[in-house]
Amino acid sequence: MKAGQILLKFRRQCRMVLFLGAAILSVSTMLQAADVPFEFKSPEQEQRYKELTEQLRCLVCQNQSLADSHADLAQDLRNEVYRMVVQGQSDQEIIDFLVKRYGDFVLFNPPVKTGTVLLWFGPFLILFVAVLIVVRYTRKNARQASPELSNVEQQRLEALLKRPPDGESG
Amino acid sequence: MNRYLVPLAVFVVLVVLFRIGLEHDPHLVPSPLVDKPAPVFTLPDLRNTSASINLSALRGQAFLLNVWASWCVECRNEQPVLMELAQKRKVPIYGLNYKDNRAEAIQWLDHYGDPYVKSAFDQSGRVGIDFGVYGVPETFVVDREGIIRYKHIGPVTPEVVNDILLPLLSKLEHPST
Repeated sequence: MKAGQILLKFRRQCRMVLFLGAAILSVSTMLQAADVPFEFKSPEQEQRYKELTEQLRCLVCQNQSLADSHADLAQDLRNEVYRMVVQGQSDQEIIDFLVKRYGDFVLFNPPVKTGTVLLWFGPFLILFVAVLIVVRYTRKNARQASPELSNVEQQRLEALLKRPPDGESG
Repeated sequence: MNRYLVPLAVFVVLVVLFRIGLEHDPHLVPSPLVDKPAPVFTLPDLRNTSASINLSALRGQAFLLNVWASWCVECRNEQPVLMELAQKRKVPIYGLNYKDNRAEAIQWLDHYGDPYVKSAFDQSGRVGIDFGVYGVPETFVVDREGIIRYKHIGPVTPEVVNDILLPLLSKLEHPST
């Protein structure tokens, strides 16, 4: 009889542990769901969403992408991008939507136009100027390093050249 | 002489560039919406749940659209300036209550002052996205044709009112002068 009671108690405890485990599991999956709230119709859509949010810039914390940023606005804009991806809009349409509202600033890869020419070609301009300066400077130094020899120096040089090499005298 | 002139010139150019850089706030992103038609919206009135505010109904008169929220700390400093501007009766000020809680927003207006003819209640922030809002407060100047003429980012100060907003508004009222 006693063994039966112990068995019953053991089974009850087991059930308790299982129940708790299930509860913890369901809570943890709920937390995960909160982290990844979007469901995509295809892996291709999910890939597009990921690529788009990585090349778009958050306006609040300006050096983070929409994908990385925890700003409230970034979340709202991610929702918009998700909505448009699922609706089947093209990448260009989604980018145009954001550029129309926030300007080229939202792009990590802004287009070449009058306002961004300096941004794109400024570094090359600076490199060009730097190369010019280095070339001029080294040429000037090269000229200074080989001045004409004085008469005394010229005679010494000739005397040194006429002397037989050290190896033969020994 | 020439030896010192070139580094000096480089130094002066750098100082000037850095000085210009210091005056540019990277958080002020120029809006592509300036000189474009203001986005059309219909939103519920903040104070009157059953009424709605339609931006295209405001055509015919220049107005200010001020984006605000009760959670926005800078808005508290801005509110007295807007109250004073509203008392001058030179321009109607409309509010866009951005991503807020209705009860808290109304309470905030009762506490800090309500300079707005009406405030539109943009709970989701979707209309804010159409206006390119990325930080509160922001203020738009919309002309009588419904074109955005200016966007001010950050709190409106008395200097902004006197040096930018009022001159621009009088220019919009009398385009010939």
